[in-house]
Amino acid sequence: MVTSPNDMEGPGESAGLIEIEGLTKRFGSFTAVDGVSFSVKRGEVVGFLGPNGAGKSTTMRMLAGFMLPTAGTARICGEDVVKSPVAAKRNLGFLPEGAPTYPEMSVTDFLDFCARIRGFGGAEREERVAHAMALTQLEGVRLQPIETLSKGFKRRVGLAQALLHSPPVLVLDEPTDGLDPNQKHEVRELIRAMAPEKAIIISTHILEEVAAVCTRAIVIARGRVLADATPAALVADGRSMEEVFRSLTLGAAA
Amino acid sequence: MKAALTVARREFAAYFATPVATVFIVIFLVLSGALTFTLGGFFGRGQADLIPFFSFVPWLFLFLVPALTMRLWAEERRLGTIELLLTLPITAGQAVVGKFLAAWAFCAVALALTFPLVLTVNLLGEPDNGVILTGYLGCFLVAGAYLAVGAAISAVTRNQVIAFVLAVAGCFLFAAAGSPVVTEFLSSQFPVLAEVARGISVSERINGFTRGVISARDFVFFASFIAFWLFVNTVILELKKAD
Repeated sequence: MVTSPNDMEGPGESAGLIEIEGLTKRFGSFTAVDGVSFSVKRGEVVGFLGPNGAGKSTTMRMLAGFMLPTAGTARICGEDVVKSPVAAKRNLGFLPEGAPTYPEMSVTDFLDFCARIRGFGGAEREERVAHAMALTQLEGVRLQPIETLSKGFKRRVGLAQALLHSPPVLVLDEPTDGLDPNQKHEVRELIRAMAPEKAIIISTHILEEVAAVCTRAIVIARGRVLADATPAALVADGRSMEEVFRSLTLGAAA
Repeated sequence: MKAALTVARREFAAYFATPVATVFIVIFLVLSGALTFTLGGFFGRGQADLIPFFSFVPWLFLFLVPALTMRLWAEERRLGTIELLLTLPITAGQAVVGKFLAAWAFCAVALALTFPLVLTVNLLGEPDNGVILTGYLGCFLVAGAYLAVGAAISAVTRNQVIAFVLAVAGCFLFAAAGSPVVTEFLSSQFPVLAEVARGISVSERINGFTRGVISARDFVFFASFIAFWLFVNTVILELKKAD
């Protein structure tokens, strides 16, 4: 493990809340993520773009401590995700791809479980659960088993779980996938409202979403970062976001 | 420990939210009762004790416990919730212990529901209830041992059928290791291995309990056996969690 001088720094305001350094993941001979480095400061919303299989979810999984990187590392609020995963995960709200939840549990029970695991007790736990449900508009279905809910509601249960502990860092893998246009709008509003206090990474296939909520776009393909700029800078030459995306990612595949 | 107990609480409730609990408990009660009264000759023996019951329970667990453990990690993988569970601020070890405790508590419930047998012998005669209690304790520890083996195996594969078959085979190994057939064969061929086989045998250890003898050695055996397999489970989970 290579240690950089940054290891000595605390999670000060100047340092990024998310710091990714040379993150690499290989599966056998296949390199899914290849030396990805970037950092995200408080107040930034990074849109993580790329074709399917580009390494978006793998990067996010390593960031969330679910996969161990082959090389490189990442820090969340100064805590190394490899060396002190539990401390790093405490500061992180993570929505895994597909928003998995326990289907037989009711929304309240599920969020209560997550709150307990995160160490909240008594009145604070109830308050946290209620607040997370209010943010994601789940009050109407609070006692329903999650398996009976529509895709949009399930996604919002996953989102509520990620927001429960008001984490400084949010990593959301396709947060608006499966939502109808109104719900997409709500989630984007929610992200925008939270943005000033947090460092947020969202992955998405929807290019207009990047322009709508992100302060920065990172385009990744074949495990490498191809572009890292503000959405406005990406389309500065007059092309549409889609054209930029196609030229960047198809160029890499060729 | 608190995080592990939270995981255990959720898991335990999940058993009863699906038909798994009902099916397991009904089958266990029917089979344990039927075997005790038919093959065990409960009435014919004319003795007020539960020896026949305690001699069948470990063999029942051999098949039923892997049915519990086969879904333990495979189900989390299938639903994708393993990614949720292991990205909450807990260690893999806490998740392993939590799941194990829930399954163990569930086996305790199944065992406790055989209480009519205890009432029956007390009604018909004057059994030594202390011996009955230690017998139950022995069965409970055997369940824990099999659960630990099965849970570790279920972390290896995402296929539930493979997890079941391998867990039955694994548990059978530890059940049969102490049987006379195996030890006699081994002592005639490889005397050293016979000692080892007797040492790791789960069925050998339960005999003391059914006779009403609780020895520290047996306790240490079960505690270290379970701890070892939970450790193996944690290591496998750390290595294969994202597969």
